[in-house]
Amino acid sequence: MADAKQLQYTREHEWVLVDGSVATVGITAYAAEKLGDIVFVDLPQAGSTVAEGKVVGEIESTKSVGELFAPVNGTVVASNEAVVASPELVNSDPFGEGWLIKVEFTELPELLSFDEYSALTGE
Amino acid sequence: MTDSPADDLKNSDVKHSPLHAVHEQAGASFTDFAGWLMPVRYSSDLAEHHAVRTAAGIFDISHMAEILVEGPAAAAFLDFALAGKLSAVTITQAKYSLLLDPSGGIIDDLVAYRFGDDSFLVVANAGNRYAVFEALSHRAAGFDVVVTDASDGYALIAVQGPRSREILEATDGITDLGKPLADLKYYWSTDAFFDGIPLLIGRTGYTGEDGFELYLGADSAERLWAALTTAGERYGLVPAGLASRDTLRLEAGMPLYGHELGLDTQPVQAGLGRVVNLTKEGDFVGRQSIERGPGDDARVLVGLVAEGKRAGRAGYPVFAGDTEVGIITSGALSPTLGHPIAMAYVDAGSSEPGTELQIDVRGSRVAASVVPIPFYKRENTNG
Repeated sequence: MADAKQLQYTREHEWVLVDGSVATVGITAYAAEKLGDIVFVDLPQAGSTVAEGKVVGEIESTKSVGELFAPVNGTVVASNEAVVASPELVNSDPFGEGWLIKVEFTELPELLSFDEYSALTGE
Repeated sequence: MTDSPADDLKNSDVKHSPLHAVHEQAGASFTDFAGWLMPVRYSSDLAEHHAVRTAAGIFDISHMAEILVEGPAAAAFLDFALAGKLSAVTITQAKYSLLLDPSGGIIDDLVAYRFGDDSFLVVANAGNRYAVFEALSHRAAGFDVVVTDASDGYALIAVQGPRSREILEATDGITDLGKPLADLKYYWSTDAFFDGIPLLIGRTGYTGEDGFELYLGADSAERLWAALTTAGERYGLVPAGLASRDTLRLEAGMPLYGHELGLDTQPVQAGLGRVVNLTKEGDFVGRQSIERGPGDDARVLVGLVAEGKRAGRAGYPVFAGDTEVGIITSGALSPTLGHPIAMAYVDAGSSEPGTELQIDVRGSRVAASVVPIPFYKRENTNG
């Protein structure tokens, strides 16, 4: 599990872990908790092009549907098949095994720090 | 990502249950429901759902409205005001009924308990509390009856699931039952006491499982909740929130006001024709419109099942080929069955079980079949 303080965040309650030119993306524990038990995850396939701010996937709980937004422009290099098979991983380990996609990017937009994101959620 | 459920309200007008502090201590997440801040879940919607199907869950449903109808004409009044024949209900029996408007639309669905010859307790949905109280008060003109909104004084706790009876029997402080719980049939009630405080126990519920609903004074709610959870521990009782309550009632094919029921819906469209008693003597509000019927082109409520994991949800359109034939009113991935289920209003021509339809799930089509409601029925119909 990644250290939440080392991650960057979006206003759409996603986290981004940057390693070189690849961003690993997931949803935050706060978002997972708000959604409830996640029962279905639909992710873009490796090779697909994604645009910052556009919906690229879905995260459904028994109660509601959340949308996954691409936090960066780029190309999906991996999507987490383990999460597709076992969506509950997003609840049990949102910052680790519950990661969703890895995106290769050329330019990183401005993201929120841990403190800024914490201020946003009030937690 | 964004999530669609309403975030916790910071609104000071929001009402709190008498059990609010208990839920906070238990780590519940809250949601606004009809102006009340109620537990949506304690830990996991799915775990709470499965606990009710296999053991038991305890729900705080104190947001429900309790309206007393008392007086020599109480039974005759309710025969006029409601769709059912309440005068035929035996003392201690409960009856599911509907409050109709003159056009035959549904103002609320409710449960009436008969306490005595001259007294009934009408339990309405929280969101319809004032509409029900106003309609009953208005209709009481000319009847020797008093209608009282007693909601603020009551707490209501539901214990639901196959172990419910054992849990209530093992609960310290529940005494003086008018009838042993083993002899209490579905939709009957008994009076009792909890630590000397009057308690009403109904074998009723909204989950599709055996279970009980317990009404008592709001001041004693915390102590009863504690006694029930203590007794229930070894039976697998868990606190359960409104999220699991919704998936449980959906599997059991029970309508939810505002989804399957509303002012623009006649009972027969919702499969509730049997709740309206057209053979009872005298007039009742909505009778003429019900006898006329909703029209041949009225949509009817059906069950839909699909394969895979993508659930149609409330508001999603339903298609037969290229033609839109209906709309989903409630839908979820069924925790018990493992596939998507939904209730939908569809054109009569698409309502036969076995009809193959498609649900538009956010732009893509998911194949679905019409099935009879309920989706889930418990094996042991004890009580």
